[in-house]
Amino acid sequence: MSENQNPRTDASNEVTVAPEAGNAVVHADRFPDPGVPEHKHRLTDTDPKAAKRAERTVTLLFVLSILGTVGSIVAYVLVPPDGTTAGVRLSTLLIGLGLALSLLGIGVAGIHWAKTLMGDREFVQERHTLATQGEARETAIRDMNEGLEDSGVIGRRGVLKGAFFGALALFPLAIAVPLIGSVGGDWNISKFKHTMWQRGTRLAIDPSGRPIKAADVTVGSVFHVVPETTEEFRETHEWITEKSKAVVLMVRLNPEDLRTDQSPEGETWSHEGIVAYSKICTHVGCPVALYEQQTHHLLCPCHQSTFDIADSAKVVFGPANRRLPQLPITVDDEGYLVAQDDFAEPIGPSFWERLK
Amino acid sequence: MSTATHDTQREAPAKPTTTVGKAADYLDQRTSIGVAVKEFARKVFPDHWSFMLGEIALFSFVVLIISGFFLTMFFEPSMALTRYEGEHPASMHGELMSVAFASTLDMSFEVRGGLLMRQIHHWSALIFMASIVVHMMRVFFTGAFRKPREINWIVGLLLMILGLAAGFTGYSLPDDVLSGNGLRITDGVVKSIPLVGSFMSYMIFGGEFPGHHIVPRLFTLHIFVVPGILLALIALHLFLMVLQKHTQYPGGGRTDKNVVGYPALPVYVAKMTGNFFLVFGVLALMGATMSINNVWNYGPFDPSPVSAGAQPDWYMLFLEGSLRLMPGQGTEWVIFGYTLPLNILIPAVVVPGILFTFLFVYPFVEAKVTGDDREHHVLDRPRNKPARTGLGVAFLTAFIILALAGSNDLIATHFHLSINAITWVFRILFFVGPVFAYAITRRICLGLQRKDRELVLHGHESGRIVRFANGEYIEVHTPLDEQERWLRVNYEAPAPLEIAPKTDARGVKRKGYSSDKRWQRLSRFFYEDRVEPVTPAELEAAHSHGEHDQLEDGESGHQAVEAGAGATSREH
Repeated sequence: MSENQNPRTDASNEVTVAPEAGNAVVHADRFPDPGVPEHKHRLTDTDPKAAKRAERTVTLLFVLSILGTVGSIVAYVLVPPDGTTAGVRLSTLLIGLGLALSLLGIGVAGIHWAKTLMGDREFVQERHTLATQGEARETAIRDMNEGLEDSGVIGRRGVLKGAFFGALALFPLAIAVPLIGSVGGDWNISKFKHTMWQRGTRLAIDPSGRPIKAADVTVGSVFHVVPETTEEFRETHEWITEKSKAVVLMVRLNPEDLRTDQSPEGETWSHEGIVAYSKICTHVGCPVALYEQQTHHLLCPCHQSTFDIADSAKVVFGPANRRLPQLPITVDDEGYLVAQDDFAEPIGPSFWERLK
Repeated sequence: MSTATHDTQREAPAKPTTTVGKAADYLDQRTSIGVAVKEFARKVFPDHWSFMLGEIALFSFVVLIISGFFLTMFFEPSMALTRYEGEHPASMHGELMSVAFASTLDMSFEVRGGLLMRQIHHWSALIFMASIVVHMMRVFFTGAFRKPREINWIVGLLLMILGLAAGFTGYSLPDDVLSGNGLRITDGVVKSIPLVGSFMSYMIFGGEFPGHHIVPRLFTLHIFVVPGILLALIALHLFLMVLQKHTQYPGGGRTDKNVVGYPALPVYVAKMTGNFFLVFGVLALMGATMSINNVWNYGPFDPSPVSAGAQPDWYMLFLEGSLRLMPGQGTEWVIFGYTLPLNILIPAVVVPGILFTFLFVYPFVEAKVTGDDREHHVLDRPRNKPARTGLGVAFLTAFIILALAGSNDLIATHFHLSINAITWVFRILFFVGPVFAYAITRRICLGLQRKDRELVLHGHESGRIVRFANGEYIEVHTPLDEQERWLRVNYEAPAPLEIAPKTDARGVKRKGYSSDKRWQRLSRFFYEDRVEPVTPAELEAAHSHGEHDQLEDGESGHQAVEAGAGATSREH
């Protein structure tokens, strides 16, 4: 069967006829390899009409691609986005459809061409063992050894070798030390433990920055709270970084719903049922934002840690381990809610030195 | 000697007459490119649809570079704060935001085709990772990672990890609320690392989260460092592929010593180029019709708000799910006053560490337990390596369960289920699922192998019922043709390793015995149960067995007819 396998064998010296079927030694425990299956002609090989049809299809697809390119340029010129979201969408859609047609035309045409009109005979090529063989291998080994001998350090000049490797190993430090030394800014990781809340800092509504009067907080209402500060400061990077630690969620509960028995501070840190907890999840630091009024549960939308606001924000479900730190609050002379102090513990996710 | 041959060849070169010929001759005289053409023009590549999965990854990478170049023309990687001057979108006008976010809005709303390129870029990233994963599955399940391709498997794994890094660094660039919270999660995970976590957090953000360094830093990584290494490794990946020649599926005439397929010129050039345009075209279609990452709906980064139902890009879902599944109670340890948050370390560091380690070491472990040092160029049918296929499916099961757990909130809202219940189900499934997946897959593979044996021994059911003179009915079975049969008998079923005894002839204990013993145990796990391929002797026996028993045994009686019909086709 091998003779009719690859009639073009003579056309290329790389191509050889494969099947060992004819001359393979047949072992009793192995079937013989039947060789490459017989080539089956396609319709386009035998029917000139089918070939002509395929040719026309491929040509048509290329023409479609040209039309797609033209269409996309026309869309670019004639349909500028008018700024509305719908206008931007329309411009995107038209340019994109033109581009897609332009590309898909070429793609489908190329593959159809290859599958119908290009030669579809399978060829067989030999593989060679990857390991270098014979003379080449010996020459390589000899060259390697000669090279090493010429270096004059094989088996001697130990100090020189040590100095060489030592120098190579150390020189990256000259770049790495300044880089790593500077990349972390001031490296003052104790900042993790403090926020900008201080004794007497007023609680303000996020994002307006308006301070909150205790009397305006109705039972069941939820406030997203930040420390009160100046308008200028709130337009700086420092503010964003400080806000990342200082955001607080404040809720007013019925005082009788509030379970204070578990936290000794419970009574004194809240004000007439108003409690304020850090909004930064103790798991990995997402803002804990979903409050369910009926159950007093606070859910982190990132990983579903659930905290019970009525019970000192202890964890009731999810991957968080610690309760949310409570911000001790009271009211000042004018009736505004103020912090008694900073949080008593570091807010947010755990870190190695957290309790140090 | 070589110059002599060159000279003799140069003496009478056929003068090129065509334009292409002249151009080629011009180039060749200056670069000796003819050598490369001789080597590669008619180089044979085996054909199979699954070999195009890696191509899709390659081509989406090209699309990423093209669309990414477009985006860099308009994106400004700065965290300086600005008030948005643009009129559109109206909701953002006058808002305080970073220059990075403002330029993202600007390129979406003011630059014609800008949103299209953003969307193409984002979709390409998703398809890039997806095609890498599916390509890896093909390589794993067919055993294409075996010698000599272990190095290329490692290169491929590095490419996948770099793909994750590229996606991660790009995702955070627009500085919107969603990606900002993603960075915040990263910060939380980094801080959980013992000893150095806090300092690493400072290193990444140049101070406390979020600071004002992170976007320019991610930008440099995203457009220079990561794609630079990706390009270099892709080049290495393809170089090794060409050097080692592509693997081929089993079939008649295909051996470990040859490669059967179509020549590069013209068939593969046409198909590959066509495939590139197809991939690009589909990505363009996705970018045109499917909106993705509408950052103006999220708004600029603000540490306070967060949206419910937020999902990372799909390739990060497994990490997200891992974080979600870990119970928090009792998993934060304090040792000598230092905090060790295992509720973060285990899901975010240990679990992915185990998954990646499995992928890195698997080729070497399998070679060791198989006792195999030969080159393999013919792929395995997945059923013929039941343990490997089972392990692969178990791995995927764990990965998919974690990814689903990363969407547990969406599952809860879509199907009106309790999120706590879903989380508990996934927690249990994460441990039980892979074990079941392994056992079932392995059983299915063994079953398919037995079915192959059955087919080879007894042939196809023909549907033709014949009645014998004695009144017995049988169905005539048609024997397999030699190609069909070859596919089903041409594999190896390795037996577990045999090791040297514990003591030598003089009763002295041998060094390394216990290590050998452990490997043997693992080898048993892989190859204890196996289905050997049918041998010619067995086929012969099945036929003659049928002839003898046809009157007593209805079950094997039909083989009498089959044997008679098959006898001639087995002549070679």
